[in-house]
Amino acid sequence: MKIGIVCPYSWDVPGGVQSHIRDLAEALIEIGHEVSVISPADDDPPAKPRGGPAGVPAAKAAGLPPYVVPAGRAVPVPYNGSVARLSFGFLSASRVRRWIRDGEFDLLHVHEPAAPSLSLLACWVATGPIVATVHTATPRSRTMLAAATALRTALEKINASIAVSEAARTTLVEHIGGDAVLIPNGVATRRFRKADPLPGWPGEGGAIGFLGRMDESRKGLSVLLRAFEILGAQRPGLRLLVAGPGDADDVLHRVPAGLRDRVILLGPIHDDDKAAVLHSVDVFCSPNTGGESFGIVTAEAMAAGAPIVASDIDAFRDVLRGGEAGELFSTGDPAALAAAAARLLDDPARRAALSSAALNAVAAYDWSVVAREVLSVYETVILGRDRGKVTA
Amino acid sequence: MRVTDVIIVVAAALLVGVYVSWRAGRIDRLHRRVDMARAALDAALLRRSSVAFELASSAILDPATSVLLATGVHQVRGEERPRDLAESDLTRALRAAFSQPDFRPSLSGKDGADELLAEVEAAAHQVFLARKFYNDAVSATRIARRRPLARVLRLAGKAGLPDYFEMDDSLVE
Repeated sequence: MKIGIVCPYSWDVPGGVQSHIRDLAEALIEIGHEVSVISPADDDPPAKPRGGPAGVPAAKAAGLPPYVVPAGRAVPVPYNGSVARLSFGFLSASRVRRWIRDGEFDLLHVHEPAAPSLSLLACWVATGPIVATVHTATPRSRTMLAAATALRTALEKINASIAVSEAARTTLVEHIGGDAVLIPNGVATRRFRKADPLPGWPGEGGAIGFLGRMDESRKGLSVLLRAFEILGAQRPGLRLLVAGPGDADDVLHRVPAGLRDRVILLGPIHDDDKAAVLHSVDVFCSPNTGGESFGIVTAEAMAAGAPIVASDIDAFRDVLRGGEAGELFSTGDPAALAAAAARLLDDPARRAALSSAALNAVAAYDWSVVAREVLSVYETVILGRDRGKVTA
Repeated sequence: MRVTDVIIVVAAALLVGVYVSWRAGRIDRLHRRVDMARAALDAALLRRSSVAFELASSAILDPATSVLLATGVHQVRGEERPRDLAESDLTRALRAAFSQPDFRPSLSGKDGADELLAEVEAAAHQVFLARKFYNDAVSATRIARRRPLARVLRLAGKAGLPDYFEMDDSLVE
């Protein structure tokens, strides 16, 4: 199948939608389909070396992958409360039109079709089978109402919608209209499978890892910090590696002074550096106290083969196969967390067993599996087509 | 009447004309989307009944389950029963067959069984998808046609108001 995918946000800037499209495109190519992605991107990206914090290697300055067609410079504009880099206007529309004509696609797959960018333009200029994926919950604003007719006219052409979460689906139903099938994001397991640990990690005394916002209470860092008080006092060499945004001073103040030099805060890290962090610890901890529907970070840790200690919430119980692929401890209990982590730190054989069980279990969430679900949506839409290719 | 008045009237008429024809074009496009989704749904239902028939006649099932499925397929292909009811009955027959205790383990190992069962499941899932997309197109079309301008000027022409297709399409209860 020849598939044209439209990305609304600049390829040069990391983001959830961009990674989703990259992983989907690569999985589809692997299955044997022809994929072209059009995205806002600087034709000649300036090589900006980005020094990672605290010894995290900087990601390579990214040139475009061969399947990405740049649609010209994206303009930074305020959108949805932050600055997004988007492409709009007649010039962008004509670039999309040319890309569709040259591509002779069997089907177009637009992402985030309501965003004022390439996806909306693609819906506007194209005729033929169109599938859309909705990623975020975007409440309808007054301004969107003003543009409602323009939006509706373009969105009415979409033959099938996919939502990546129940929240995204609800937004679509309530604010844009129509219905969607739910296909959750995949995990790009091979991106996590192998990586070099950060220099000096995990070290002789052992290391525990955490990834996520430090200041969001349901991510549970405070539970882990209290468990580390217990463990750190018993084990003089043990270190705690924490990666994620949040106020570092605030976190360090919650740790007893004697343990502070063994709590290493990396701050926010790039997607490409996650694997290195996950490979730098002996035990990875997901102490969330709730609010997760799937637990993507935990799944990524599984893909890295990290032995996991996770709180006993439904999402983790599911993904860790009821405890077979990682230790569960009673949610919010630092002593239980400390005990579970201590058992693993002392038992390399158990760690190895959990690591291979995790690698095994996470395969069910891999992009190759998710891509097949997306393909069955494509196939269903094409089943009823009257003409051959997408035209513009 | 002065020349400027004439120009204004003509311009206004032109604008209204352009707007009305644009709205009519939109409704036409929606109807084509419904047609395409309907063709897909028909194809998906046909494919499902074919693989269900293949399973019924494959000799890997016990005779009772075979007859159950074959009857379902026969109903779908015949005219006696309304389409939606017949298709729902086929779903229920498939569900009854698939939810037998140890249905899969008892068949796996038989020649081609795993492939055939996977095909039936894929076909049933495609019916689920196709019906969702079809009903979605119908609802967009009905909303557009309910608007006053579309009703007063009969922008949809002679095209009938598309109907939702309701049926039981889930293989799991």
